[in-house]
Amino acid sequence: MRALAEELWKDKPGLIGFVLIVTIVLAAILAPLIAPYDPATQAVVGRLKPPVWMAKGDWAHLLGTDQLGRDILSRLIYGARTSLIVGILVVALAGTFGGTIGLLAGFRGGRTDTILMRLVDIQVAFPGLLLILLIVAVIGPSMVTMIVVLALTNWMIYARVVRGIVLSVRQMPYVEAAEMIGCQQSRVIFRHILPNLTSPLLTLGILEFTNIVLAEAALSFLGLGVQPPATSWGLDVSTGKDYIFVAWWLVTFPGLCISVTVLSINLFANWLRVTTDPQEREKRFARARAATRRRQERRAGVGRETP
Amino acid sequence: MSAPMTLPPDETAAATGPILSVQNISVSYDGGRSGFWAHASPVKALDGISFDIFPGETLGLVGESGSGKSTTGRAILRRIGVTSGRILFKGRDITTVTGEELRQLRRHMQIVFQDPYASLNPRMSVLDTVAEPLIVHGLVASAEEAREEISELLRIVGLPRDAQDRFPHAFSGGQRQRIGIARALALKPDFIVADEPVSALDVSVRAQVVNLLQDLQRDLGLTLLFIAHDLSVVRHISHRVAILYSGRLVEIAEREALYDTPIHPYTEALLSAVPVPDPKIQKGRKRLVYRGEIVDAGHWPSGCHLHGRCPHATEKCSIEPPPLVEKRPGHWAACWHR
Repeated sequence: MRALAEELWKDKPGLIGFVLIVTIVLAAILAPLIAPYDPATQAVVGRLKPPVWMAKGDWAHLLGTDQLGRDILSRLIYGARTSLIVGILVVALAGTFGGTIGLLAGFRGGRTDTILMRLVDIQVAFPGLLLILLIVAVIGPSMVTMIVVLALTNWMIYARVVRGIVLSVRQMPYVEAAEMIGCQQSRVIFRHILPNLTSPLLTLGILEFTNIVLAEAALSFLGLGVQPPATSWGLDVSTGKDYIFVAWWLVTFPGLCISVTVLSINLFANWLRVTTDPQEREKRFARARAATRRRQERRAGVGRETP
Repeated sequence: MSAPMTLPPDETAAATGPILSVQNISVSYDGGRSGFWAHASPVKALDGISFDIFPGETLGLVGESGSGKSTTGRAILRRIGVTSGRILFKGRDITTVTGEELRQLRRHMQIVFQDPYASLNPRMSVLDTVAEPLIVHGLVASAEEAREEISELLRIVGLPRDAQDRFPHAFSGGQRQRIGIARALALKPDFIVADEPVSALDVSVRAQVVNLLQDLQRDLGLTLLFIAHDLSVVRHISHRVAILYSGRLVEIAEREALYDTPIHPYTEALLSAVPVPDPKIQKGRKRLVYRGEIVDAGHWPSGCHLHGRCPHATEKCSIEPPPLVEKRPGHWAACWHR
């Protein structure tokens, strides 16, 4: 654990990513304690106030107010809750389901593969938004409905990617070797095939996270997702875009939040990917050592020249 | 080496007979399927292969690419199903063994792979890789527990002590192959299929790995099926040699007999292609070159598979395949004319 922390400390981009993620998660959890205002309190008198550093801005609203006079900073802090929960849960749900289907199709092959992948094709061909509209219309909008519905319309890409990787890894001699020494199927899957899926799945999951946050925004905008007093970054981006020429801060700050979150997850995930791959990890270690030695040499060289 | 070898201490009655007896096995692969419901058209890979391997013996299996060498090895290890014929291991019919029984069988028969780069999981340390057979067969609870044993195994195959906690990418091809051999030895099997274990290695490292296999075979009383296409390597390590051509066994004999007095025209041609490290003798040798290619596995001709290329071929050769018969004591060949 300690060694791992030390390793993270040495990898600055990974560390920055990790710190940012922790900050955002903490902000989301502690929202009622740190948010200066209730995110739903309206103040029509003080609507569309710019951020503090602009001519008409003031310290009461650090990042300004929106078209209904609600404090943007508070909305961002509260919005983090919805966006993170929806993004992470949907990626986890869809990834698990799609991954399992892909694993099954790739590992079993033959008819299982054909049937499962045709199911994926059918689902891909079906317009996702229509399906969402149908389901939400029947069940009624709520956070849970939205998570399930988004997972239902986004699992296919995991199935396809995982199947492709499993097909190629399955042909590797070391998988055959594992079978030849008498490994049970489950051990072959979990010890020899799954570890090779982690880095592509991690990358895919992060890319999908952004998509999900934006999809959640679209749904909320249509009134099928987050219901008004509650808020989310996506919802604020959608509603704020009508005011983009009058008040740019309405879309910019929630948009910035989304990109910073995704960036920090990316930085951290990249560190994680390298750490879980023995070869990459050793390379990074060697690079760090070489850099240290160069620095020392330079310092020694400078020391010799001065006297 | 060709002197009678000492048998490993084995109480079973099978110790006196062959440890492995392959009886007339054929193998077909599924060809491409043309649609969802269509049946696959089979592609033949092996046709009526028979041979015995005796305890403590090394049988070299030679053939060109696509002749079915690896298929033979994998069929014996029950990795590939056979379409007909029987495989007896220690007198027991293992042709149809499946499930848990097959898994238990793996303790006694192991394989060394051709490609030392791809046959080791890059994400598992050497300790984990070599200890895995012990773990999956319940001999140890964890890799840590097997540390002593693995350290001894690594010593036997000539790897440094500190190799255990390193990952495969830190090793050279020859060292990786040693890891692969250690993994195969971990379960103390009686029989090992070495599937072209040195063909992916540098020439300079080849001899080391071949000698290692030879030493292990002698010291541990192993039985080896050594698959290769390099005739000089096979000559070095084998007690007996079998020649495969296009899915059929064409000749099998004691090493010296096969190399000095080959019977089958195909064997003759193969041996004539091996250069002799003496310019005078080499100059006097005649290189036999048969025109044409190895027959397409999807469309085998009738009769002897070599008849299109063989200078001795007659009409009979193109109609009826020659059986493998004992032409001289212990020297079997499949040819109508020799």
